[in-house]
Amino acid sequence: MKRQLILDDGTVFIGEGFGANEETVGEVVFNTSMTGYQEILSDPSYCGQLVTLTYPLVGNYGINRDDFESITPAIKAFIVREVADFASNWRNESTLDELLKVKGIPGISGIDTRKLTRIIRQHGAMKGIICSAEMDSAAMLETLHETSLRRDQVDQVSTKTAYASPGRGFRVVLMDFGMKHGILRELNKRNCDVIVVPYDTSAEEIRRLQPDGIMLSNGPGDPKDVPQAIETIRTLIGEIPLFGICLGHQLFALACGGDSFKMKFGHRGGNHPVKDMQTGKVALTSQNHGYAVDESSLAGTRLKVTHIAINDDTVEGLKHLDYPAFTVQYHPEASPGPEDSNYLFDDFLKLMEDEKRKELQHA
Amino acid sequence: MPKRTDIKSILVIGSGPIIIGQAAEFDYAGTQACIALKEEGYRVILVNSNPATIMTDAEMADKVYIEPLTLEFVSRIIRKERPDALLPTLGGQTGLNMAVELSNSGVLEECGVEILGTKLSAIEKAEDRDLFRNLMNELNEPVPESEIIRNVEEAFHFVDGVGFPVIVRPAYTLGGTGGGICHNEEELIEIVTSGLKYSPVTQCLLEKSIAGFKEIEYEVMRDAADNAIVVCNMENIDPVGIHTGDSIVVAPSQTLSDREYQMLRNTSLKIIRELGIEGGCNVQLALDPDSFQYYIIEVNPRVSRSSALASKATGYPIAKLAAKIAVGLTLDEMMNPVTGKTYAAFEPALDYVVTKIPRWPFDKFEAAKRNLGTQMKATGEVMAIGRTFEESLLKAIRSLESNTYHMELSDAEQMTDQWIEKRIRKAGDERLFYVGEALRRGVTIETIHDWSKIDLFFLYKMNRIIEFENELRDDSFNVDLGQKAKRMGFSDITLARLWGSTEFEVYQWRKENRLIPVYKMVDTCAAEFESETPYFYGTYEDENESKVTERESVIVLGSGPIRIGQGVEFDYATVHSVWAIKEAGYEAIIVNNNPETVSTDFSISDKLYFEPLTVEDVMHIIDLEKPKGVVVQFGGQTAINLAEELVKRGVSILGTSLEDLDRAENRDKFEHTLNELGIPQPKGKTAVSVEGALEIAESIGYPVLVRPSYVLGGRAMEIVYRKEELLHYMENAVKVNPQHPVLIDRYLIGKEIEVDAISDGVDVVVPGIMEHIERAGVHSGDSIAVYPPQQLTEEQKETLVDYTTRLAKGLNIIGLLNIQYVISKGEIYVLEVNPRSSRTVPFISKITNVPMANMATKSILGISLKEQGYESGLIPEKQGVYVKVPVFSFAKLRRVDITLGPEMKSTGEVMGKDLTLEKALYKGMVAAGMEMKEHGSVLMTVADKDKDEAVLLAKRFVNIGYQILATKGTAEQLMREGIAVREVDKIGSEGPTLLDIIQSGETQLVINTLTKGKQPARDGFRIRRESVENGVPCLTSLDTAEALLRVIESMTFSAEALPAQPAKRKAVRQ
Ligand SMILES: Nc1ncnc2c1ncn2[C@@H]1O[C@H](COP(=O)(O)OP(=O)(O)O)[C@@H](O)[C@H]1O
Ligand SMILES: Nc1ncnc2c1ncn2[C@@H]1O[C@H](COP(=O)(O)OP(=O)(O)O)[C@@H](O)[C@H]1O
Ligand SMILES: [Mg+2]
Ligand SMILES: [Mg+2]
Repeated sequence: MKRQLILDDGTVFIGEGFGANEETVGEVVFNTSMTGYQEILSDPSYCGQLVTLTYPLVGNYGINRDDFESITPAIKAFIVREVADFASNWRNESTLDELLKVKGIPGISGIDTRKLTRIIRQHGAMKGIICSAEMDSAAMLETLHETSLRRDQVDQVSTKTAYASPGRGFRVVLMDFGMKHGILRELNKRNCDVIVVPYDTSAEEIRRLQPDGIMLSNGPGDPKDVPQAIETIRTLIGEIPLFGICLGHQLFALACGGDSFKMKFGHRGGNHPVKDMQTGKVALTSQNHGYAVDESSLAGTRLKVTHIAINDDTVEGLKHLDYPAFTVQYHPEASPGPEDSNYLFDDFLKLMEDEKRKELQHA
Repeated sequence: MPKRTDIKSILVIGSGPIIIGQAAEFDYAGTQACIALKEEGYRVILVNSNPATIMTDAEMADKVYIEPLTLEFVSRIIRKERPDALLPTLGGQTGLNMAVELSNSGVLEECGVEILGTKLSAIEKAEDRDLFRNLMNELNEPVPESEIIRNVEEAFHFVDGVGFPVIVRPAYTLGGTGGGICHNEEELIEIVTSGLKYSPVTQCLLEKSIAGFKEIEYEVMRDAADNAIVVCNMENIDPVGIHTGDSIVVAPSQTLSDREYQMLRNTSLKIIRELGIEGGCNVQLALDPDSFQYYIIEVNPRVSRSSALASKATGYPIAKLAAKIAVGLTLDEMMNPVTGKTYAAFEPALDYVVTKIPRWPFDKFEAAKRNLGTQMKATGEVMAIGRTFEESLLKAIRSLESNTYHMELSDAEQMTDQWIEKRIRKAGDERLFYVGEALRRGVTIETIHDWSKIDLFFLYKMNRIIEFENELRDDSFNVDLGQKAKRMGFSDITLARLWGSTEFEVYQWRKENRLIPVYKMVDTCAAEFESETPYFYGTYEDENESKVTERESVIVLGSGPIRIGQGVEFDYATVHSVWAIKEAGYEAIIVNNNPETVSTDFSISDKLYFEPLTVEDVMHIIDLEKPKGVVVQFGGQTAINLAEELVKRGVSILGTSLEDLDRAENRDKFEHTLNELGIPQPKGKTAVSVEGALEIAESIGYPVLVRPSYVLGGRAMEIVYRKEELLHYMENAVKVNPQHPVLIDRYLIGKEIEVDAISDGVDVVVPGIMEHIERAGVHSGDSIAVYPPQQLTEEQKETLVDYTTRLAKGLNIIGLLNIQYVISKGEIYVLEVNPRSSRTVPFISKITNVPMANMATKSILGISLKEQGYESGLIPEKQGVYVKVPVFSFAKLRRVDITLGPEMKSTGEVMGKDLTLEKALYKGMVAAGMEMKEHGSVLMTVADKDKDEAVLLAKRFVNIGYQILATKGTAEQLMREGIAVREVDKIGSEGPTLLDIIQSGETQLVINTLTKGKQPARDGFRIRRESVENGVPCLTSLDTAEALLRVIESMTFSAEALPAQPAKRKAVRQ
């Protein structure tokens, strides 16, 4: 049946509905990856967002058992040019449409997604609503104007209770702000003894777990919406080696006295070039963020910019000058996207190792 | 890293003539490289033997050498120019091999020439299959099991290990001649035996077959700072087993999950890092459709056909950046030329689907083996862009210009289901269309998948197209369905057929219902960043991004895919026309669909529309742009053929009018014009029945040249000498009836002359006259052309110029025209007039530096030749002698008869220039790949009608110390003339036959002229093919032979004994 997507600026797109037959409101953003729609739709960082993929054919290779980045997708809707009603791949289990129906996520297909992308590029990410085409657009636009988007995304997607993903190596407490499974996978691959804790776990509780390192996960929304986490991080910096990704990177910056800002339409895709300021080498990275750390705000802090985005010079990586702590804005765990930066997890292990050695020396 | 300042001058090596496997893509790469290097302020020296290219234009480099790409000549250039460095990776395999040869010869060291970009060591590691295998093992990257074998026993032993099927690759043969896939013992014995025979070192590489895997290509780039990126990945619809050059290819990959995509990306980057590639590189991989198992097929450490495709598919100019990387720049400091705002260290994101379909020469070569395998056979390709797979596929199909606008076969009704299954199982050039027919007959996609291993994803989409046909058929002119159909890429012609209507009606109906396409930009970044690239494709959606400017515009139609008879020379003219239009102050818009060419480089024109060259697609652009007019005379027959329909739709054709185009091409009107002008033409009539044909032939006298009136390009054209032959032709070669008349012309034996000229309606400039080495009867495109003419009298030249001028005026030519004449018994006749650019335009332009395409375009735009500074008449002849020598790709085309005749067969050409004809011919022939031996033996077997001439040639061969081998008939004739000759047995007789002589390399040259008939079974055919397979030059025209002889004579000294005594005494007595 026909559905419509209405943007805050009044633009209306009519298309075919797929997935769950729901009405939904959220922030409309675009992602330029050509593969990895399953990882994208299950990435909790998209909580509260209506995501359009710039690549026109979506669902070609179906949905498989392995490539989920979370158990329950937090994405609000999928907006595509064409959704495959037939999928072909040896790992294929179901079509995208079937999955979205099961997960209660609406989709709209057959619209000019390039036009939509260009609107977002020019006017920035904006609110949008997806509803049946029968509905009166003008009235729906009203409701859209009135609805204000929730700001508690992290609370929605973070685990409610702590759980362990045991290993025999370093103990890592993973603060879950909306963690992608990829991060856990990379740590486990390196034999880490991971304990995933809710985003609002206190520094005290974390200390009690005696971690060798703390991993700050990715997550949705504005870092300023999770002040208590910023506090926790501030108290733990210096005590325990720390590695942060995406939202974790922004929270770390705020905890160290830096500031963040909302980008016009953010970075979402698998082809973002990032320069390592030490080596001068460029890595292609997987990214998904609408906020960024404000470089000028770092002047007074003890933070050093280690990576920048080649195309817009935004801060992509930070390092603490006094303490064992570093963070990146992009996704070294990839999935989806290039795996060029996978080595950062090894760096994290090395960091924990060095700290251990130091302690032994002092002891 | 900043660019290098320690080097000032760089030698760029081109790829030589167009052959199967090496087409226009290297003109594109080379041209980009030259521009890029000049941009960076280096002195560029270019060498290439192919005159029909843009890269060999004087403006492209500081010094341009059109010389043979052989050690001898390139070394000479190096010694003369003393370049600081050499860039070898942009001239295809030819350029690469040349560089290796140069370096081995030591000349680079001697002259202190550094090799830029990828190091030779890396190149060898990638090219040498053995070294490559070892490297892959070190990196533990999987390659198919393989083994070098020297006899059939070893072959069987290998197969016992890996099982059938296996791939056979004979060592050191042209384009993998003699190779193939073996599925069983018979095939193994057959192919290995022949393979070993063809291999000069009697070696074959046997490889476990991985046919049926997904074939995936990654186009990657790396700079000296070790930054490495993937520009584009591509998926072959035809799985492994069919050469990528012969496969239908889509970009980006459609059936790979992100994990598979990243796995292969990691591997590709790992390999180019290991190899130390500095520039572009192509990695071919095979992926198991049912697991994560993959193999590396090969790595091409250079820009390639695929990188040209990737550049056009993404907008990312690989060759240009590769050249800059070679001089030390890094990806993160170079701008992405498309956005102008972002950097080159970036992986393009596509928001459309690209489909490439190869163009094969089988329409010219009916006898050729049409099935596809591990050896490439296509001469060119088309590319199409759409927002759905269906759209890009159907757009690509109608870009092919094979009178097919849809997934269908012309005469499907007569085909049995068995036949269709066979043609799908055994891949051939038409498989795609057989698949369409099978689906139409209700064969399931699963079954077709079993037959073809084509991924179900693609088959499902194809089936949607077929199923939708029925929906459409039941509901004519329904707007919703019409919209859906256009979004699926259906052509108006197809809709018209389904709706029992006409293309024009459908087109009108769509316009009324506003069912028209919008144009979207190819911007490398899926609209994430703003960009001004004027590179567009059409699709049926909401937003149009192609903004029409205030400036008055002119549209130039390109020439589509490279094919025999329409090569890169038409792209050359197209590009020059575009430049001229810009110079004249108009906005130049180009429409073309060939991804290999310079004309589809978005930086050439003001606006590029990458669209099919059909009336429908071109009209959409015209409707939007409302240009001053359309230029059709540079895009070869492709563009000319569109003129009529465009005019019907009220478009103004700039230059020679449609009526006059028609007067030149329509036989009767042309005859009429010639009579008016009083210019002679070979006697000829049109026959509508077999009897009629015989009468006409009697009346005008044999030999006659016959051809059906309804095919262009000399197809099915034959010279017949006797009544029986004519009967045979009329009954077998053509169908003749009032709808399909057959043209019968007196075949005039004589010298063929070719003339190109430019006219503005008032003045007619003739830049040059060319004389052919081969007498008329050999297609102008296949004969050696000589400038200036060597044997014409001043009067003859004057007459030619006079005829040409009168024809140009008589036909109201505005722009270019090309005329072929034959001089028979001192009388000059006109063979044909092509009211358009021609094959010889770049050749003549470069010799005389008269910019013909540019002048023609300006005349078309109303700038008179006088204003351009030219007077009527013949441009004074240039110093020196210039020859154009055709180049053929017969080694790649099994079963094709190589005899030269009125049908064109060559794929490319080279130019040889020097002070004397002999020297120019030497260069030309060497550049064309002919080896010239000062002594040896020549095998002669000629038709009776040629025997007298053969005698004269034989004598001269003997004088320079050649041994003569001949078959019975020829041998007897020669002996009668007292020529020492060794008779060799005809095919079939026991004992060493002439085939063995050819195989054993006992003869350096074969001269064989055509006896009657064309049926491949004949011995002559076997002889000619055998020569090709064994790389022995085989000449089928005594004129070519005579020319070759001249050259050898000029290289050696004749050994003449003094006259015998008696003669002397006589002399004394008198
Ligand atoms: N082991 C194999 N089994 C089956 N097909 C193969 C195998 N290796 C190569 N091919 C096919 O042969 C084609 C040509 O092989 P390739 O190594 O690319 O040679 P070329 O240098 O001519 O491109 C490939 O595109 C692939 O489809
Ligand atoms: N009447 C003729 N006498 C001799 N040779 C001819 C005659 N007509 C054509 N030919 C030969 O056939 C070739 C092709 O004929 P042409 O009319 O030029 O066809 P095309 O359109 O393929 O160029 C010519 O180049 C010429 O060598
Ligand atoms: Mg290959
Ligand atoms: Mg001709």
